Amino acid sequence: MPPLPLPASVPISWYLTLSAILFGLGVAGFLFRRNIITVFMSIELMLNAVNLSFVTFSYKLKQNDGHIFSFFVMVVAAAEAAVGLAIILTVFKNRQTLEIDEVSSFKN
Amino acid sequence: MDAILFLLFAGIAVVCAINLVLQHHPISSALSLVGVMGSLAALYLLLGGEFIAAAQLIVYAGAIMVLFVFVIMLLNAGTEKKVKRRLWVRYGGLPLLFLLAGMGAYVTHFLAPASDGVNFGGFTHGNASDIGEKLFTQYLLPFEVTSVLILVAIVGAIVLARKEFD
Repeated sequence: MPPLPLPASVPISWYLTLSAILFGLGVAGFLFRRNIITVFMSIELMLNAVNLSFVTFSYKLKQNDGHIFSFFVMVVAAAEAAVGLAIILTVFKNRQTLEIDEVSSFKN
Repeated sequence: MDAILFLLFAGIAVVCAINLVLQHHPISSALSLVGVMGSLAALYLLLGGEFIAAAQLIVYAGAIMVLFVFVIMLLNAGTEKKVKRRLWVRYGGLPLLFLLAGMGAYVTHFLAPASDGVNFGGFTHGNASDIGEKLFTQYLLPFEVTSVLILVAIVGAIVLARKEFD
């Protein structure tokens, strides 16, 4: 079997493709899973995929602004995780469940 | 060498992400997410983002995931219940989703310029001093606003999770 023809430098599109695949999988988890915590983790996966795009374009444009944006995304994700997990704790305290289908008081 | 490292870490990331979606116990999903974040940190290093790779490991894989695992342990979250989904959802959802991921991958693959590639060491402005310089000059206002955001998040988390005193 001949060795795979690997390029000497990785094309930008490979990184962006990986980012798209990870984002798609995050959407999948967000839609398929029934556990609030897993849904929340899928959101974090999507944020990570977008961060990868930021850093890749930062490399492409030879500017580090993308790094700063993804740093801000991380900060916002940390704040969001703190508040979101507090909300999950409150939901569990009031309902004794983590299934998103059973938390439906706003449904008419 | 770069391509081998990229394929290795990209493979780890994709396998861990698929595992995150497929696992039924949240703690398995959390561990898979740590795998995704760790391999993404390695990819950031390949792209020349030293600071962002360190921040990824410390903030994401460290702090945020500890918070997740902590809540999973605290709530004693078990496996999900099996739910009856509608027939077309059960058999049509997964292929459609792969179609979405595949379409995104296809579009980005062909829209992105294939000519220029990523070489390790080709971008050297991702270190802490360059990032810090830009953060405290050009992006000073967003930085300060972020501190207010974090303060609001702290207060909100405490208000939501405190015990009600009567």
